Amino acid sequence: MDIITGLTIFVLAVFVGVEVITKVPPTLHTPLMSGSNAISGITLVGALLAGEGFIGGLLGFLAIVFATTNVIGGFLVTHRMLAMFKKKK
Amino acid sequence: MFQILNLPILIADQGLESSTDEVANQLTEALTWNQFSNLGYLVAAVLFILGIKGLTHPRTAVRGNLLGAIGMLIAVLVTLVGGQVSWPLAIAGIAVGTAAGTWFANTVQMTQMPQLVALFNGFGGIASVLVAGAEVLRNAPTTGNVAIAGLAAGLAGLIGSVTFTGSLVAAGKLQELPQFRKPFSFPGHQVINAVMVAVTLLMCLEMMDGTGWEYFVLTTIALVLGVFLVTPIGGADMPVVIALLNSYSGLAASAAGFVINNNVLIVAGALVGASGIILTNIMCKAMNRSLINVLFAKFEPSADGPSDDEVYAGKIKSTSPEEVAMLLDGVQRVIVVPGYGLAVAQAQHIVRELATLLEAEGVTVEYAIHPVAGRMPGHMNVLLAEADVPYDQLKEMDEINPTFSQCDVAIVIGANDVVNPVANTDPSSPIAGMPILNVGEARTVIMVKRSLSPGFAGIPNPLFAADNCLMLFGDGKQAMMNLVAALKEQ
Repeated sequence: MDIITGLTIFVLAVFVGVEVITKVPPTLHTPLMSGSNAISGITLVGALLAGEGFIGGLLGFLAIVFATTNVIGGFLVTHRMLAMFKKKK
Repeated sequence: MFQILNLPILIADQGLESSTDEVANQLTEALTWNQFSNLGYLVAAVLFILGIKGLTHPRTAVRGNLLGAIGMLIAVLVTLVGGQVSWPLAIAGIAVGTAAGTWFANTVQMTQMPQLVALFNGFGGIASVLVAGAEVLRNAPTTGNVAIAGLAAGLAGLIGSVTFTGSLVAAGKLQELPQFRKPFSFPGHQVINAVMVAVTLLMCLEMMDGTGWEYFVLTTIALVLGVFLVTPIGGADMPVVIALLNSYSGLAASAAGFVINNNVLIVAGALVGASGIILTNIMCKAMNRSLINVLFAKFEPSADGPSDDEVYAGKIKSTSPEEVAMLLDGVQRVIVVPGYGLAVAQAQHIVRELATLLEAEGVTVEYAIHPVAGRMPGHMNVLLAEADVPYDQLKEMDEINPTFSQCDVAIVIGANDVVNPVANTDPSSPIAGMPILNVGEARTVIMVKRSLSPGFAGIPNPLFAADNCLMLFGDGKQAMMNLVAALKEQ
C-alpha cells in the first residue's frame, strides 16, 4: 500500500468520524469517550503482529497487555454506563 | 481481481446443496491470506463506524457498543488466524489484559470515570509506542517505503508517549493524588516544552533515513514532555485535557497503522482522533476559552471586578429546608441544576428521591445540564443515569435556557460559575461570554451551597443577591436530605 492510499483512507475516515460523532448527544459523551477509547485499542492488532527477537517480543507482549486492557476495559465500562441509561421506566 | 469478481457466480453455481466448506474453499482459492485478513479488517472498520453511529441515541447505544466490540473481535481473530503471531505471547498477553481490563471496568465508580478514561487513553498510547518500537527493532521493515515507515514510527512514538505520561498525570490530578494536587510550573517551562517538541519532531524527520536509534531517544524525551505539558494545567481544566488525550491516543494508533501498513488501525485511529477533537472543541466552547489558553495560560481572576461585599452586602437571603418545602408546595415545574459539587457530595441519589416526591405531586421535574457540569464531557448525565434519572429529563443548556422563565423553582446544587449572570452582563469579567444557564429567570432560585465562596473563576455571583434567590446553606447531600425529610412531613 502506498502512502497516498493510506492518507486517503485516513482523511476520509476523519470525515466519516466528524459526520457521525457530531450527531452524538451530550448525554452520551462520556460513553462516547470510553467507547471510542476502546476502539483506539485497535493497536492490539499491531501488537499481535509485532515482535521479533527477545526485546521485540517483550515490547510486543507489553503492547498486547496494554492494548487488551484498553479494549476489554473500555468496552465493558461503556456497556456498564449505557446499561444505566437503558433501564428507563 | 478477476477471480474475486467471479466469486459470487462460483458460489451461486454450487446450488443450495453446496456445503459451507466448499464455499470456504472457493473463498480461500479466490483470495490470498493477505486479502482475506484485509477483508476482515474492512468489516471491523465498518462495525466501528456503525458502533459509534449507534451512540447517537440512548436506545441504540448498547447495541452500538456491542457492534464496536464485535468489530474488535473480528479484527483480532483475523490477525490471530492470518498473521504470523507468536501464540504463547499472544495468549498470555490477552489473558493478562483481559483480567486487568475486567477488573478496572467492574470496580470503577461512576465519579471516577474521568480517571479511568484518562488511564485507558494512556494505555492505548503506550501500546502504540511499543508496537512502533518493536517494528523499528525489526531489521527488515514490512513496508516498502522506508522513509514513510520511519516517519510514522517516529510520530507514533512521539504522540503515544505524550499520551501515556500526560494521561497518567491527568488521571493523578483527577484522582486528587496529593502529588498532583497543585498545578506545577517552573520558570522557562513553556520554553523547555517548545524545545522538546521541536527536537522530537526533528528526530521524527531524521527517522526517514531508515535508522532506528532516534526512536528510543525521541520517545524518552516525549515521555518527559507528556508530564511537563499536563502538570501546569489545573484540575478544573481536565475535561479538555482528557478529551484531547483521547484524540491523541487515536492519532497514535493511526500512526502505528502507517508503520505496519494496516488499514484498520488507520481508520479506527482516525475515528477516535476526530471524536477527541470534537469533544475538546465542545468543552473549550463551554468554558469560553481557546485550546491554546487552556494548555498554555493560567485562568487569572480579574482583580478589578467588584468585591464580594459590594455584591452581597445586605442582599443575601438565607432559607431553611422547611421554608423550601413550603415553597415547593403547589408548584408546577421545577428545574434542578446539578454541578460538580453534587457529584462530589454523592448527592445524585437523594436528588432523585426529591424528584420522585415532587413527581408524585404532579410536578414536572427536569435537569439542566451545563456542558462542563461534570469532570469530563457528559459526566453529569452518567452520574444522574446511575441514580435512575430518566435520560429524557436531562436537558441540554440550549434546550432548557428559553424555558427558565416558565419555571417555578430552580434548585442549583454545587454549581456556581455556570449560573453566573455576569458572563452575559459584564464584558470585562473573566467569564464574559461563557454560555451560562439562565436560572435567574426562574420565579424562585434556591442555591444549595456551603458558603458564599466563589467558584473556579474566583468572582462573586450577583445571582446570590438577586431578589428571587434564596440561599440554602449546607453540604449538598445533607441539605437535600433535610429538604426531603421536610417535604415528607408536610
